[in-house]
Amino acid sequence: MSPPATRGAAPATPGVLAIGLRRVRIELLTFSRDRESAFFTVVLPVLLLVVFGSAFNDDVAPGVPFSQYFLAGMIASGVVYTAFQNLAITISQERDDGTLKRLQGTPMPKAAYFVGKIGQVLVLYVAQVALLLAIGVALFDVHLPDDPADWWTFTWVSVLGLVCCTLLGVAFTGLIRTGRGAPALVSPVVLVLQFTSGVFFQYDELPPWMQQMAALFPLKWLCQGMRSVFLPDSFQRQELAGSWELDRVALVLLAWTALALVLALRGFRWRRRDEL
Amino acid sequence: MVVRGLRKSYGERTAVDGVDLEVSTGEVVALLGPNGAGKTTTVEILEGYRARDAGEVSVLGTDPAEATPAWRARVGIVLQSVNDLSELTVRETVRHFAGYYPSPRDPDEVVETVGLTGSADQRSRLLSGGQRRRLDVALGILGRPELLFLDEPTTGFDPAARRTFWRLVEDLAAEGTTILLTTHYLDEAERLAQRVAVMSGGRFLDVAPPSSLGGRHQEVATVSWTEPDGARRSTASAEPTRTVTELAARFDGEVPGLSVTRPTLEETYLRMVGEA
Repeated sequence: MSPPATRGAAPATPGVLAIGLRRVRIELLTFSRDRESAFFTVVLPVLLLVVFGSAFNDDVAPGVPFSQYFLAGMIASGVVYTAFQNLAITISQERDDGTLKRLQGTPMPKAAYFVGKIGQVLVLYVAQVALLLAIGVALFDVHLPDDPADWWTFTWVSVLGLVCCTLLGVAFTGLIRTGRGAPALVSPVVLVLQFTSGVFFQYDELPPWMQQMAALFPLKWLCQGMRSVFLPDSFQRQELAGSWELDRVALVLLAWTALALVLALRGFRWRRRDEL
Repeated sequence: MVVRGLRKSYGERTAVDGVDLEVSTGEVVALLGPNGAGKTTTVEILEGYRARDAGEVSVLGTDPAEATPAWRARVGIVLQSVNDLSELTVRETVRHFAGYYPSPRDPDEVVETVGLTGSADQRSRLLSGGQRRRLDVALGILGRPELLFLDEPTTGFDPAARRTFWRLVEDLAAEGTTILLTTHYLDEAERLAQRVAVMSGGRFLDVAPPSSLGGRHQEVATVSWTEPDGARRSTASAEPTRTVTELAARFDGEVPGLSVTRPTLEETYLRMVGEA
């Protein structure tokens, strides 16, 4: 076997970006082989779109079928699935099974782990949106926006939402004791928000107290931002405020991002609680 | 590696209660002790995983509490049972981790060294317990560490695999790698270590070469032989050579069934731990 490295003039350890990119690759490889997360994060949203889109054909407004409304909600949910739900569950499991402990013992810079996660989230989100849009166009006659301004809105709402939900996912791992219990703790949070934020039901038809509660959380605003992209401008009249309120969408997501950053820094642990 | 007055408590319970240890470059030291003796805590402080309450620790000239990637690159860690990386193959895992180090060994060579070439394309989750451990060892030696921590490395090995592993450790030691080995197997400690540290109740009972641990070399030997009438006789002797000479004179040559034994390392160890 080759001898240990010559002592003293050792070459520099690889940097954050070099290792981070390697981690993106390994994260995607791991994800593609893990059936449970693949189902939860990619298959389930597609399934929901097909089922809900087929079951409810009513128009939510003249010329706006429910499937189109639901598509906007599912793309907003995609942000929550790929960033929040995916990370809260997998990071908790990796803390439990020793992945994090092993990584901590290597020269990998800690930031590289998060570069890997962010890269994974980004790729999964793009793949999921592409899948949802393809199904929407093929099965439900959804019209993709042709105004570049809509695509710009789509981009900034997505990016802001992904950053916010990534940080929230990391923060949420602080509340989770065991990796096995993670899905049971995370999924209900996502589900309740989906019911109250205008994904499964039309937001403007929900009871006011529910609307007010949902308006405290990011998903409601993500949905609203996505509706502004995928629904005709005429639908604005049906929004509670009578407009898309994009400035408020940005403001709420930014505020949650700031809060999530603090919570993530406080909540994230490299070790299981019983090991500290 | 220099440790002076190391202390660590968890709440009321004192896990490490004033430990001193010096390990010189290229030395192999085994750490023995019953479960709960404070071995893992001690080792994890040296590995930079845990903070200490008191004492001085210098590992490769650095305080492990302030571990940098450059220091981590010089240290190899084989942890006790972890279950991570289950969806990646052996080869993928070793190649990926090689990217963390400034001058890693050749990944395929390492896979061969630990005897996993035949399972290189198997996912970790399908490996046997012993194979899994060998993958851990592969990752531990991948970065050409100057110092290697082995925490119960041969748990779950069959006898043949254990011997192969011992030869690997001997090769690493011959190359000048310093090794701190935690084990429950006395034969393993005796074979591999130049010195053995026995720990109990958070303290070192003795740190000595296996042959003289706990005053073993000065203990009374047992001389046994068979009388002409077939009866088995034995006597404890502080001067076994004299006893044997007397027996040889009595039998006028060959003494039937002669044996001279001293307490094994295991007996010495059990006595030490039992008294503590």
